[in-house]
Amino acid sequence: MFGLNKKDAGLLIVVAILALAAPFILNPFPEGSAMAQFNAGYPDLMQRLVIFGIFAIGFNILFGLTGYLSFGHAAFLGVGSYAAIWMMKLLTMNVIPAIVVSIIIAGLFSLLVGFISLRRSGIYFSILTLAFAQMSYALAYSVLTPITGGETGLQPKYTDPRVLDKALEAGQQPRANLFGLEMNQGFQLEMGNWVFTFNAGYYIAAVVMLVAFYLSIRIFRSPFGMMLRAVKSNQQRMNYTGLNSKPYTLAAFVISGMYAGLAGGLLVAMDTQVGAERMFWTASGEVVLMTILGGAGTLIGPVLGAGFIKYMENIVSKINKSVLEQWFAFMPDGIEDVLVAIIYPFVGKGWHLTLGLLFMLVVIFLPGGLVEGGQRIGKMFRRRDANANSIEADAAEQRKPAAE
Amino acid sequence: MSFSKLTRRGLIKTGAVASAGLALPTYLRADGHSGFTNAPQGDTVTLGFNVPQSGPYADEGADELRAFELAVEHLNGEGDGGMMQTFSSKVLEGNGIMGKKVNFVTGDTQTKSDAARASAKSMIEKDGAVMISGGSSSGVAVAVQALCQEAGVIFMAGLTHANDTTGKDKRANGFRHFFNSYMSGAALAPILSNEYGADRKAYHLTADYNWGYTTEEAVRSSTEALGWETVNAVKTPLTQTDFSAYIAPVLQSGADVLVLNHYGGNMVNSLTNAVQFGLRDKEVNGKKFEIVVPLYSELMARGAGQNIKGILGSQNWDWKLENELGSRYAGTNAFVQSFGTKYGFPPSQAAHTCYVQTLLYADAVTRAGSFNPCAVVEALAGFEFDGLGNGPTLYRADDHQCFKDVVVVRGKETPENEYDLVEIVEVTPAEQVTYAPDHPQFAGGSLGTCNAGA
Repeated sequence: MFGLNKKDAGLLIVVAILALAAPFILNPFPEGSAMAQFNAGYPDLMQRLVIFGIFAIGFNILFGLTGYLSFGHAAFLGVGSYAAIWMMKLLTMNVIPAIVVSIIIAGLFSLLVGFISLRRSGIYFSILTLAFAQMSYALAYSVLTPITGGETGLQPKYTDPRVLDKALEAGQQPRANLFGLEMNQGFQLEMGNWVFTFNAGYYIAAVVMLVAFYLSIRIFRSPFGMMLRAVKSNQQRMNYTGLNSKPYTLAAFVISGMYAGLAGGLLVAMDTQVGAERMFWTASGEVVLMTILGGAGTLIGPVLGAGFIKYMENIVSKINKSVLEQWFAFMPDGIEDVLVAIIYPFVGKGWHLTLGLLFMLVVIFLPGGLVEGGQRIGKMFRRRDANANSIEADAAEQRKPAAE
Repeated sequence: MSFSKLTRRGLIKTGAVASAGLALPTYLRADGHSGFTNAPQGDTVTLGFNVPQSGPYADEGADELRAFELAVEHLNGEGDGGMMQTFSSKVLEGNGIMGKKVNFVTGDTQTKSDAARASAKSMIEKDGAVMISGGSSSGVAVAVQALCQEAGVIFMAGLTHANDTTGKDKRANGFRHFFNSYMSGAALAPILSNEYGADRKAYHLTADYNWGYTTEEAVRSSTEALGWETVNAVKTPLTQTDFSAYIAPVLQSGADVLVLNHYGGNMVNSLTNAVQFGLRDKEVNGKKFEIVVPLYSELMARGAGQNIKGILGSQNWDWKLENELGSRYAGTNAFVQSFGTKYGFPPSQAAHTCYVQTLLYADAVTRAGSFNPCAVVEALAGFEFDGLGNGPTLYRADDHQCFKDVVVVRGKETPENEYDLVEIVEVTPAEQVTYAPDHPQFAGGSLGTCNAGA
């Protein structure tokens, strides 16, 4: 299907089903129950899950295939966001131009950064990209305040020109839409105690994510992808054979920059606001974590990693002391206090601690990320046929030339 | 790489998928909501308290959260009732809000507008919060206020001091009780000129972000109107921790007053540096060198320790107001007492404004008889009240900004304890800090109409 082999098509279909049924899958607990705290099926988080999935898919094209570790990808996300918001301010609140322009601008910016940074490899490349990203952040935060809004950031306002839309009345809030369909529209489906929210913005983001995922499969399976893997395994040898690898790495860098721009544009489409802090180096580090946590170089890994981290950030960080006390209220006072005291440092504002521990565990015991964990579980169930049919066997198949 | 394996089967499949994709949006348009966003169901109502729990303003955030918890307790009829006894409006009975028990959810803004919006969104979308409050930075306040306007819930701003929150970025669903940069400037300028003379030369160090700019502008224009001259204004990065490089040129510039438009950790560090450089012992142009901090807070004073002595600044409220200036500021002692009983120390002004905002919201809902944001906006706009610690106060309908007296304070020379760090110099009456809604420092925005959401 769509020029994919059977296995990849299967993977794409699984991802598509997961994405389309996310409102059900992420809301497994009935409303009002103690476990409802862990429900993640609300529009904002679902949108973030797929958008950061796109970001990580793109990052993986660079890091997973070529092994070049960029520490500055948040800059492209930020540049894409600013481009998108300016399209919304100047042109129209329709999300299509915003997203298209955000991809283009991020692509151009990554061409510039990549052209300079790719003169070095290894740690020097990482440092160069990091420096570019921090520079962009500092510029956006203060020097370029007229363009970026500085610390306050940018939001569409009724006073903006917006040449394609009709002028708004004073004080009306412009809303992002797709030909009239507003991003926050949706409906709720109530089944017994369960409430499932279906949101237009989420489905638009999910469809974009599926397209991005499909493209990433095609890139992984193409001769171009093979060339990138060759860069990762031994660039020097490649150069000795007379092959100039720079155009390939630069292309990979620009493609992943465009993915980041797409993610940035979508973030703006879903929530029409940009702040400079999304370009901060911690945001660049986050996408590295996502990719490694999920499994660098695998197709589905980065998406899983992105989902995992965003889930932790939004759900675990909201468990506060009074929630813990509710959970353990049935226990005798002394034990309750002890349990709360033990768990409290790991939830709420301590979610970074939990994330850090999990990250360490994954890196130590599952170097291939969550995907490797999934494979090991899969292997336990079909011992004989260890890697015959595993969905992510592609990493092991690198020696096979891509089938045309 | 070839895409062109066109088969009958493939074509039908692709067509089916595509048409399903196109049909989806039209299906989604069917909207199931009615009334307004997050209309409280059953016998509880959920409020969202979005405060910085990590990052540079975590101290303020923690104090705000304490105040919110106290306010919820009082609304639900627990504790001693605090300011509900002194509040001029008497509709709150301690039975929750309109008989519905008040629940709350908390979130961490991290003092980043992205994180703050994500947190506020999850409160609105997941937890069903009908009002969002809190925050300790103007960037966050502006971002979350716009979000609340879009989603159709009420935003009761916490600590936000930049003019823009109720200036060019004002919103119909947003309300600010805290004072602003303009008010600081207008309250401070006459006192500065009385204390230090009308022919001073000022040098500004300004935090390089929105709040810094509006504060610098406000203080500049107010002091220049009284005859001061501004020698230079230098922007410092928000992440700066060592300000020596910025302090050194001050002495060469011929200025005799240093204005630190800094807040939080920035202010603690820059003030400490300035004092260590011996600025306060210098004489320039035959006058004693002075330092001014436009926005003061007890928490910062504690951080700066000895260096705060004798420094002038302005505050929204101080816990000693009623004791020192009498019953005009009724409510102060009631609040300080119930806060002190619960937590063992006096509240900061951030805690005060958050507590008051929660009571004001509950009161407005009760008077309006509805949680509908539009009804609440109507009840709050133009509302005059008293007994919440600031004296008679007006929530102006034109920009949803509170107008009340501004406290001018000075770092105490001999503090009696670690909470008694500032002395009240004067209280500038509200009339003196009131400005026209279309004042140039606030121009360019519009409230628009209230949004009740779906």
